[in-house]
Amino acid sequence: MNTLELDVEDRAIINRLQDGLPLAPYPYVLVAAELGLSEEELLERLARLRDSGVLTRFGPMYHAERLGGGLTLAALAVPEADYERVAGILDAFPEVAHNYRREHRLNMWFVLATESAERIPEVVAELETATGLRVFNMPKEREFHVRLHLPV
Amino acid sequence: MATATPLTLETLERDCRDHESSAHLHLRALLEEGLPLVAHPWQVLAEQCGLEEAEVMVCMQRWQEEGLIKRLGLVVRHRSLGIKANAMVVWNVPDQDVTRVGHTLAQETAVTLCYRRPRRLPEWPFNLFCMIHGVRRDQVLAQLEHIVQRHGLGGIEHQVLFSRHAYRQCGGRYALEETR
Repeated sequence: MNTLELDVEDRAIINRLQDGLPLAPYPYVLVAAELGLSEEELLERLARLRDSGVLTRFGPMYHAERLGGGLTLAALAVPEADYERVAGILDAFPEVAHNYRREHRLNMWFVLATESAERIPEVVAELETATGLRVFNMPKEREFHVRLHLPV
Repeated sequence: MATATPLTLETLERDCRDHESSAHLHLRALLEEGLPLVAHPWQVLAEQCGLEEAEVMVCMQRWQEEGLIKRLGLVVRHRSLGIKANAMVVWNVPDQDVTRVGHTLAQETAVTLCYRRPRRLPEWPFNLFCMIHGVRRDQVLAQLEHIVQRHGLGGIEHQVLFSRHAYRQCGGRYALEETR
């Protein structure tokens, strides 16, 4: 993907909205006023950022666990020669949400997201059977709150 | 005369699963698609699911208070902005210090996530995970070095796991922020 050029206003909008939108009948007009833009311009720019793929999501961030689902981070130590094959096996599981290759002996890292919490150990067992590898299951025990904000 | 049910997460979730509040369920499904980019967004959602605007806003307020919804914001696709270095830094912190060190790391602006997770001994001794994003690896490593120096974390065993590329990046119904 090409790196997109953002202008000063785009950056200000992204930086401001990472902190969230106010819950008000006309939320964009409030944010626009803060940034010295018109409401129309703010909406146009947001639509452009969304359509060009800079923004992956606009709206509420859910707590999956609070919705009664299961969520965990898991990893595998995959022999290099088998990497693509095992990635393909994981790809067939709808519960595997992100799959990253990381430079470590534990080289395949992914998130499991299930409709119910009870389903997590079942999927872990199914993955172990399907891959013949041990799944390192590392669920969140505590979250330390960060200000989710990436200055752009 | 029915007594008012105290508002708890349980009752709220039950309400939302109740047949009578299929409108709320509809609202949640609509919200999962994201928020409409129009001047009067709650009104649009209200019309789509047969509620009043005020009801939608009360619902949003409640879901935020109950922690069902963490935040109403946007997620930036890091890679599209040239932020290609994504490091998971894992730490082996003595149990009695993990809360303190967790809070310390979470306060750093470079840190975008910070979680305590179980060790998986003997292969995996690390119990604190944080993410640092940057344009280049050397920049991420320099930020990490600053953090270690500033807070005197040099004595804590840690490793940096850079990601190569995502094999699967779902848009995701949930905020799967665990690895972003």
